[in-house]
Amino acid sequence: MARLVRMDRTGHTTLAEWSAADDAAFAAAARAFSEQLEAGYYAVVSEGEGQARQVTALPADAGLVILRRPIAGG
Amino acid sequence: MSTGALPERAAVAWRRPVDARALRARERLWTLSTAAYSVPFVVTAGILVGVEPWLAPVAALSLVHGWAIPELHANRGAKVVRPRRRRGEAAEATALGLLGDLVGHDARELHARTGLVLERGGLGVWLVGEAGALLVRPGGRRVHCWCVRVDDPSLPSADRTAHLLLALREDETGFATVANLAFSGATWRVRRRLEPAMRPALDAARRAAR
Repeated sequence: MARLVRMDRTGHTTLAEWSAADDAAFAAAARAFSEQLEAGYYAVVSEGEGQARQVTALPADAGLVILRRPIAGG
Repeated sequence: MSTGALPERAAVAWRRPVDARALRARERLWTLSTAAYSVPFVVTAGILVGVEPWLAPVAALSLVHGWAIPELHANRGAKVVRPRRRRGEAAEATALGLLGDLVGHDARELHARTGLVLERGGLGVWLVGEAGALLVRPGGRRVHCWCVRVDDPSLPSADRTAHLLLALREDETGFATVANLAFSGATWRVRRRLEPAMRPALDAARRAAR
Protein backbone atom coordinates (compact mmCIF):
# COMPACT_ATOMS: atom_id res chain seq x y z
CA MET A 1 0.00 0.00 0.00
CA ALA A 2 1.48 3.36 -1.05
CA ARG A 3 1.18 6.32 1.30
CA LEU A 4 1.08 10.09 1.08
CA VAL A 5 2.36 11.57 4.35
CA ARG A 6 2.78 15.14 5.51
CA MET A 7 5.38 16.11 8.09
CA ASP A 8 3.61 18.27 10.65
CA ARG A 9 3.39 19.06 14.35
CA THR A 10 2.13 15.56 15.14
CA GLY A 11 5.25 13.95 13.66
CA HIS A 12 3.54 13.04 10.45
CA THR A 13 0.03 12.52 9.18
CA THR A 14 -0.99 9.97 6.57
CA LEU A 15 -3.23 11.85 4.16
CA ALA A 16 -3.96 9.06 1.71
CA GLU A 17 -3.20 5.46 0.86
CA TRP A 18 -3.61 3.75 -2.47
CA SER A 19 -2.69 0.67 -4.43
CA ALA A 20 -2.14 0.15 -8.13
CA ALA A 21 -5.41 -1.77 -8.43
CA ASP A 22 -7.56 0.87 -6.73
CA ASP A 23 -8.20 3.78 -9.11
CA ALA A 24 -10.62 5.52 -6.76
CA ALA A 25 -8.11 5.54 -3.91
CA PHE A 26 -5.40 6.87 -6.22
CA ALA A 27 -7.72 9.64 -7.47
CA ALA A 28 -8.49 10.65 -3.89
CA ALA A 29 -4.76 10.62 -3.08
CA ALA A 30 -4.04 12.75 -6.15
CA ARG A 31 -6.63 15.31 -4.98
CA ALA A 32 -5.10 15.44 -1.51
CA PHE A 33 -1.67 15.76 -3.11
CA SER A 34 -2.76 18.75 -5.22
CA GLU A 35 -4.32 20.49 -2.23
CA GLN A 36 -1.11 20.18 -0.24
CA LEU A 37 1.01 21.53 -3.08
CA GLU A 38 -1.34 24.51 -3.35
CA ALA A 39 -0.90 25.02 0.40
CA GLY A 40 2.85 25.44 -0.12
CA TYR A 41 4.21 21.97 0.52
CA TYR A 42 6.81 20.28 -1.65
CA ALA A 43 6.45 16.59 -2.43
CA VAL A 44 9.45 14.30 -2.27
CA VAL A 45 9.90 10.65 -3.13
CA SER A 46 12.71 9.07 -1.16
CA GLU A 47 14.67 6.72 -3.39
CA GLY A 48 16.88 5.06 -0.83
CA GLU A 49 19.91 6.41 0.96
CA GLY A 50 21.32 9.53 -0.62
CA GLN A 51 18.57 9.87 -3.18
CA ALA A 52 15.34 11.84 -3.25
CA ARG A 53 13.32 13.33 -6.04
CA GLN A 54 10.88 16.20 -5.97
CA VAL A 55 7.62 15.43 -7.74
CA THR A 56 4.84 17.74 -8.90
CA ALA A 57 2.37 14.98 -9.76
CA LEU A 58 1.54 12.01 -7.59
CA PRO A 59 3.52 9.02 -8.89
CA ALA A 60 1.31 5.93 -8.85
CA ASP A 61 4.27 3.60 -8.48
CA ALA A 62 5.92 5.30 -5.47
CA GLY A 63 5.73 3.53 -2.14
CA LEU A 64 6.00 6.67 -0.03
CA VAL A 65 5.50 10.32 -0.96
CA ILE A 66 6.49 12.82 1.71
CA LEU A 67 5.24 16.40 1.92
CA ARG A 68 7.69 18.87 3.35
CA ARG A 69 7.81 22.60 4.02
CA PRO A 70 10.33 24.88 2.23
CA ILE A 71 13.71 25.35 3.86
CA ALA A 72 15.71 28.58 4.09
CA GLY A 73 19.06 29.80 5.32
CA GLY A 74 18.94 30.60 9.00
CA MET B 1 22.21 12.71 -4.63
CA SER B 2 19.49 13.62 -7.07
CA THR B 3 20.27 16.10 -9.82
CA GLY B 4 16.91 17.90 -9.70
CA ALA B 5 17.11 21.54 -8.64
CA LEU B 6 15.86 22.45 -5.20
CA PRO B 7 12.84 24.77 -5.62
CA GLU B 8 14.04 26.96 -2.74
CA ARG B 9 16.94 28.08 -4.94
CA ALA B 10 14.52 30.51 -6.59
CA ALA B 11 14.39 32.52 -3.35
CA VAL B 12 18.16 33.11 -3.54
CA ALA B 13 18.50 33.34 -7.31
CA TRP B 14 21.28 35.92 -7.02
CA ARG B 15 23.58 33.44 -5.26
CA ARG B 16 26.19 31.56 -7.23
CA PRO B 17 25.64 27.78 -6.94
CA VAL B 18 27.83 26.34 -4.21
CA ASP B 19 29.61 23.52 -6.00
CA ALA B 20 33.04 22.04 -5.22
CA ARG B 21 34.85 24.92 -6.92
CA ALA B 22 32.88 27.56 -5.04
CA LEU B 23 33.56 25.72 -1.80
CA ARG B 24 37.30 25.74 -2.43
CA ALA B 25 37.14 29.49 -3.08
CA ARG B 26 35.27 30.01 0.19
CA GLU B 27 37.83 27.90 2.02
CA ARG B 28 40.65 30.10 0.75
CA LEU B 29 38.73 33.23 1.76
CA TRP B 30 38.07 31.92 5.28
CA THR B 31 41.72 30.96 5.69
CA LEU B 32 42.78 34.41 4.53
CA SER B 33 40.33 36.19 6.82
CA THR B 34 41.41 34.06 9.79
CA ALA B 35 45.01 34.98 9.09
CA ALA B 36 44.01 38.65 8.72
CA TYR B 37 42.41 38.56 12.18
CA SER B 38 45.11 36.59 13.94
CA VAL B 39 48.46 37.48 12.40
CA PRO B 40 48.41 41.17 13.46
CA PHE B 41 48.01 40.11 17.09
CA VAL B 42 50.92 37.67 16.81
CA VAL B 43 53.11 40.31 15.10
CA THR B 44 52.13 42.88 17.72
CA ALA B 45 53.10 40.46 20.49
CA GLY B 46 56.48 39.87 18.85
CA ILE B 47 57.14 43.58 18.43
CA LEU B 48 56.16 44.37 22.02
CA VAL B 49 58.50 41.75 23.46
CA GLY B 50 61.24 42.78 21.03
CA VAL B 51 60.98 46.45 21.95
CA GLU B 52 60.57 45.99 25.66
CA PRO B 53 60.69 42.56 27.39
CA TRP B 54 58.75 44.02 30.31
CA LEU B 55 55.77 44.21 28.00
CA ALA B 56 55.53 40.40 27.87
CA PRO B 57 52.16 40.34 29.74
CA VAL B 58 50.69 42.74 27.19
CA ALA B 59 52.15 40.59 24.41
CA ALA B 60 50.51 37.55 25.99
CA LEU B 61 47.17 39.36 25.95
CA SER B 62 47.67 40.08 22.28
CA LEU B 63 48.33 36.38 21.60
CA VAL B 64 45.19 35.45 23.50
CA HIS B 65 43.20 37.78 21.24
CA GLY B 66 44.76 36.18 18.17
CA TRP B 67 43.72 32.76 19.44
CA ALA B 68 40.27 33.71 20.68
CA ILE B 69 38.89 35.27 17.51
CA PRO B 70 39.01 32.05 15.42
CA GLU B 71 37.62 30.21 18.44
CA LEU B 72 34.63 32.55 18.54
CA HIS B 73 34.05 31.98 14.84
CA ALA B 74 34.22 28.21 15.35
CA ASN B 75 31.76 28.51 18.20
CA ARG B 76 29.33 30.26 15.89
CA GLY B 77 29.77 27.37 13.45
CA ALA B 78 29.18 24.69 16.07
CA LYS B 79 25.99 26.44 17.18
CA VAL B 80 24.22 25.55 13.93
CA VAL B 81 23.70 21.97 15.11
CA ARG B 82 22.95 22.78 18.72
CA PRO B 83 19.72 20.96 19.75
CA ARG B 84 16.57 23.05 20.03
CA ARG B 85 13.75 22.72 22.51
CA ARG B 86 11.81 19.46 22.21
CA ARG B 87 8.07 19.31 21.49
CA GLY B 88 5.66 16.66 22.74
CA GLU B 89 7.11 13.20 23.22
CA ALA B 90 4.46 11.45 21.10
CA ALA B 91 5.12 13.75 18.14
CA GLU B 92 8.86 13.30 18.54
CA ALA B 93 8.48 9.51 18.53
CA THR B 94 6.29 9.59 15.42
CA ALA B 95 8.72 11.89 13.62
CA LEU B 96 11.64 9.73 14.67
CA GLY B 97 9.95 6.73 13.07
CA LEU B 98 9.73 8.50 9.72
CA LEU B 99 13.31 9.75 9.93
CA GLY B 100 14.43 6.23 10.79
CA ASP B 101 12.74 4.94 7.64
CA LEU B 102 14.80 7.36 5.55
CA VAL B 103 18.24 6.30 6.77
CA GLY B 104 20.19 3.08 7.18
CA HIS B 105 20.94 1.25 10.38
CA ASP B 106 24.30 2.92 11.05
CA ALA B 107 22.97 6.43 10.49
CA ARG B 108 19.94 5.67 12.67
CA GLU B 109 22.14 4.44 15.48
CA LEU B 110 24.43 7.47 15.19
CA HIS B 111 21.44 9.81 15.25
CA ALA B 112 20.11 8.13 18.39
CA ARG B 113 23.45 8.77 20.12
CA THR B 114 24.30 12.22 18.79
CA GLY B 115 21.19 13.85 17.28
CA LEU B 116 22.92 14.16 13.89
CA VAL B 117 22.34 12.21 10.69
CA LEU B 118 25.40 11.26 8.67
CA GLU B 119 24.90 11.50 4.93
CA ARG B 120 27.55 10.99 2.24
CA GLY B 121 27.41 13.48 -0.60
CA GLY B 122 29.40 14.61 -3.58
CA LEU B 123 30.90 17.58 -1.70
CA GLY B 124 31.89 15.58 1.36
CA VAL B 125 30.22 13.97 4.34
CA TRP B 126 27.27 15.80 5.85
CA LEU B 127 26.02 15.81 9.41
CA VAL B 128 22.44 17.01 9.37
CA GLY B 129 20.88 18.50 12.49
CA GLU B 130 17.55 20.15 13.08
CA ALA B 131 18.58 23.72 12.26
CA GLY B 132 21.81 23.33 10.37
CA ALA B 133 24.35 20.98 8.90
CA LEU B 134 28.09 20.36 8.98
CA LEU B 135 29.93 19.41 5.82
CA VAL B 136 33.21 17.59 6.39
CA ARG B 137 35.27 17.96 3.25
CA PRO B 138 37.20 15.10 1.66
CA GLY B 139 40.27 14.43 3.79
CA GLY B 140 38.39 15.29 6.97
CA ARG B 141 40.50 18.28 7.95
CA ARG B 142 38.07 21.05 7.10
CA VAL B 143 34.43 21.53 7.97
CA HIS B 144 31.81 23.96 6.72
CA CYS B 145 29.00 24.88 9.09
CA TRP B 146 25.70 25.76 7.42
CA CYS B 147 22.77 27.47 9.03
CA VAL B 148 19.58 26.21 7.36
CA ARG B 149 16.15 25.31 8.69
CA VAL B 150 12.54 24.69 7.96
CA ASP B 151 10.47 27.70 8.94
CA ASP B 152 7.96 25.92 11.15
CA PRO B 153 8.78 25.95 14.86
CA SER B 154 5.88 23.62 15.65
CA LEU B 155 7.60 20.67 13.98
CA PRO B 156 9.22 18.01 16.15
CA SER B 157 13.00 17.82 16.11
CA ALA B 158 13.26 14.68 13.96
CA ASP B 159 10.89 16.18 11.38
CA ARG B 160 13.05 19.30 11.11
CA THR B 161 16.05 17.04 10.52
CA ALA B 162 14.08 15.00 7.95
CA HIS B 163 13.18 18.20 6.08
CA LEU B 164 16.83 19.12 5.74
CA LEU B 165 17.87 15.57 4.87
CA LEU B 166 15.31 15.28 2.06
CA ALA B 167 16.25 18.69 0.67
CA LEU B 168 19.92 17.71 0.76
CA ARG B 169 19.18 14.48 -1.08
CA GLU B 170 17.14 16.30 -3.69
CA ASP B 171 19.90 18.74 -4.61
CA GLU B 172 23.16 18.93 -2.67
CA THR B 173 24.46 22.02 -4.46
CA GLY B 174 21.10 23.71 -4.08
CA PHE B 175 21.05 22.87 -0.39
CA ALA B 176 24.47 24.49 0.14
CA THR B 177 23.38 27.47 -1.96
CA VAL B 178 20.21 28.08 0.06
CA ALA B 179 22.01 27.63 3.40
CA ASN B 180 24.02 30.38 5.05
CA LEU B 181 27.66 29.62 5.79
CA ALA B 182 28.38 30.30 9.45
CA PHE B 183 31.94 29.02 9.56
CA SER B 184 34.56 27.25 7.50
CA GLY B 185 37.74 26.03 9.12
CA ALA B 186 39.59 23.30 10.92
CA THR B 187 37.52 20.32 12.00
CA TRP B 188 39.32 20.09 15.34
CA ARG B 189 38.38 23.67 16.13
CA VAL B 190 34.66 23.00 15.60
CA ARG B 191 34.87 19.68 17.44
CA ARG B 192 36.02 21.43 20.62
CA ARG B 193 32.94 23.66 20.47
CA LEU B 194 30.39 20.91 19.83
CA GLU B 195 28.38 19.45 22.65
CA PRO B 196 30.26 16.35 23.88
CA ALA B 197 27.41 14.04 22.86
CA MET B 198 27.72 15.25 19.27
CA ARG B 199 31.46 14.79 18.90
CA PRO B 200 31.27 11.09 17.95
CA ALA B 201 29.20 12.12 14.92
CA LEU B 202 31.94 14.49 13.77
CA ASP B 203 34.54 11.77 14.38
CA ALA B 204 32.50 9.36 12.25
CA ALA B 205 32.15 11.95 9.49
CA ARG B 206 35.91 12.58 9.54
CA ARG B 207 36.58 8.87 9.18
CA ALA B 208 34.09 8.62 6.34
CA ALA B 209 35.65 11.63 4.60
CA ARG B 210 39.19 10.21 4.63
